[in-house]
Amino acid sequence: MAFCPTLAQGFCGFYVARGDAQLFNQASQVVLVRDRDRTVLTMANDFKGEPSEFAVVVPVPTFIEKGQIHIGEKALVDHLDAFSAPRLVEYFDDDPCRRIALKAANGLMLPQSAAVREEDRHSRSLGVTIEARYTVGEYDILILSAKQSSGLETWLRENGYRIPPGASAVLGSYLKQGMRFFVAKVNLKEQSRLGFSYLRPIQVAYESPKFMLPIRLGTVNAQGPQELFVYALTRNGRVETTNYRTVRLPSDVQIPEYVKESFPAFYRALFAQQVRKEGMRAVYLEHFWNMGWCDPCASDPLSQEELRNLGVYWVGEDAAAQPGGGSGGPQQVFVTRLHLRYDAAHFPEDLVFQETADQNNFQARYVLRHPWRGTATCPEARAYRAQVRQRHQQEAQTLASLTGWGTEDIRRRMKVGPDWSEPEPPAPKWWETIWKK
Amino acid sequence: MSPRTLLDRLRRTDPRHYQIAALASLLAYGLVWLRFEVSPGRAALLLGTALLTQWGCGRMQGFPFEPRSALISGLSLCLLLRSNSAALAAAAAFAAIASKFVLRWSGKHVFNPTNFGIVALMLLSGGVWVSPGQWGSVAFFGFLLVCVGGLVVYRAERSDVTLAFLGFYAALLVGRSLWLGEPLTIPLHRLQNGALLIFSFFMISDPRTTPDSRPGRVLFALMVALGAAYVQFALFRTNGPLWSLALCSLAVPLLDRLLPGGRYQWQRAPRARKGVPDETPRPHRGAVALDGVLPHARAGFLRLLRGEG
Repeated sequence: MAFCPTLAQGFCGFYVARGDAQLFNQASQVVLVRDRDRTVLTMANDFKGEPSEFAVVVPVPTFIEKGQIHIGEKALVDHLDAFSAPRLVEYFDDDPCRRIALKAANGLMLPQSAAVREEDRHSRSLGVTIEARYTVGEYDILILSAKQSSGLETWLRENGYRIPPGASAVLGSYLKQGMRFFVAKVNLKEQSRLGFSYLRPIQVAYESPKFMLPIRLGTVNAQGPQELFVYALTRNGRVETTNYRTVRLPSDVQIPEYVKESFPAFYRALFAQQVRKEGMRAVYLEHFWNMGWCDPCASDPLSQEELRNLGVYWVGEDAAAQPGGGSGGPQQVFVTRLHLRYDAAHFPEDLVFQETADQNNFQARYVLRHPWRGTATCPEARAYRAQVRQRHQQEAQTLASLTGWGTEDIRRRMKVGPDWSEPEPPAPKWWETIWKK
Repeated sequence: MSPRTLLDRLRRTDPRHYQIAALASLLAYGLVWLRFEVSPGRAALLLGTALLTQWGCGRMQGFPFEPRSALISGLSLCLLLRSNSAALAAAAAFAAIASKFVLRWSGKHVFNPTNFGIVALMLLSGGVWVSPGQWGSVAFFGFLLVCVGGLVVYRAERSDVTLAFLGFYAALLVGRSLWLGEPLTIPLHRLQNGALLIFSFFMISDPRTTPDSRPGRVLFALMVALGAAYVQFALFRTNGPLWSLALCSLAVPLLDRLLPGGRYQWQRAPRARKGVPDETPRPHRGAVALDGVLPHARAGFLRLLRGEG
């Protein structure tokens, strides 16, 4: 099951259209609902080119009937993304002259963040069998099997899919494993009839013991590394990769306050640094949580209806019938958010997963702690300020080691002096104090 | 001290000491560097339960406490077994050691203790797991060095089962990839796996549970390799080698009957004592003494490996 929008980014496939690489740095997002041998795969994309240019080629382990395909809502994936995103938490120091106490603040979520018959005949002559042909939502979908990868390659080329050199071998290895290809293009007529201005995610439900995600097609001709987010929704526990190391993103560390203004930049730099640290050979765990609750919440947990729409078939059996679907309540659904940056050299084989029995929640969480900036003249205030200076230094060092940014640069952005002290606030103007009590 | 003298001195020591040192360093490396999800408390629990079980079962059967093999089983469990539940972890350690005393056939125990502890708990509880990806491939070469170091130091005269298994398994992986037309980086990546090394050098190699004759052991290695590949690539389940070893261990009595062989004789094996399971090498058939009290035995690789017994 790999998927590849035209842009060639993405876990799945190869450049399948006359694609200009206008959409670099784009991440693929995949939701993988898994319970026993059942899988529901949702493939979201941020394709922004001409819809006529869009095409996906996804190896799938079984034949897919029409009823197994569904077109979902991008908003669901966005909600899941927001729920599981790395987050900032703020704390405020109290007046040191009263006692330093901590107060929790809200979580801050990461902004996200007749021709047909002829065609069949021709296909057969190439050894390619069009096993089924469906129109679902705005997509025309074909399920292909083939005797030989060269025939499939020719067929795909003739049908406007741009196949990079080298793809044939990869296609061949999937064919020998008995896999089919799920091929989708946008049906422009349907799209304008339905009135969607963007491409909605394709969902496929199938039953197979294979708990994996093919990424090899996507690396065949990729220009540089690609980014992939996998959101696994499971019933029993955390999901990890069995053929690559799964590493937890550093979490629960205190970083300078200014990061609040530039959290996305921080997160990108942090991730890049972690990838460097592990030699781009690890998959990162960013979040693992029971869907029933969150603390702090970057976003509300998904409702039962939303979960069902993503393919979590075991929740809210009756809720689907109820208006609104209901939300909250104990749901035995765990979300694992995995993030990886990969290329063919460092990730030679497809991702293989397992569901573990681990139920310990984990979130990538970064802590801001604002010092007391009011007037404080008691004797404890001096000790407190020294402590704050030390804290600033430590936060800067933490940030430097997390992101690879220079400590001196961080210090300047923190607007603190070389001794890590904050500049004294300017003395109040004489009139500012007249009417203050 | 010249390297030669050092090597000679090492060879005179009990190979289990090398094995304990190797496993303990791997564990320390895993905890500090690879951030294994095992707390020091959990490691202490696994080791403590293994030692206590060894002591208790030994006492019941009336022979002196021999902690080394239990320590090796405990360390292997720390490296491989993961669970949220302390009780399940302790149960695995207990099952591992107790199996040596209970599940026996013709003077040998049937299962490798660590293998049994893990497989039994995976089957029965659903609350434990093994993370085969936890090592990554970067640590692999250092790891390989430690394992091969053991072969070199202790002169690998009976390393046949390890080498045969690795050879067969590698051939299966490479053969499959060649058939599928995959690049060879794929089977190589699969072979660069720390869990596979632990399995090959510290688990399948356990002479207590492998067939007596060399042809038997090579056949056994082939069966385990085929089973492992079947689990991985036909059933699409993880931990193929672990499942396969547990299953193939059941066939060892048959292999011993079809392909009989003299059991390994220690050069200076102490007197055998009747009814003492595994802790003493026996001169008769079935005397592969891996847990034995062998203070002066001159080592072959077998003894390096026997700690899992």
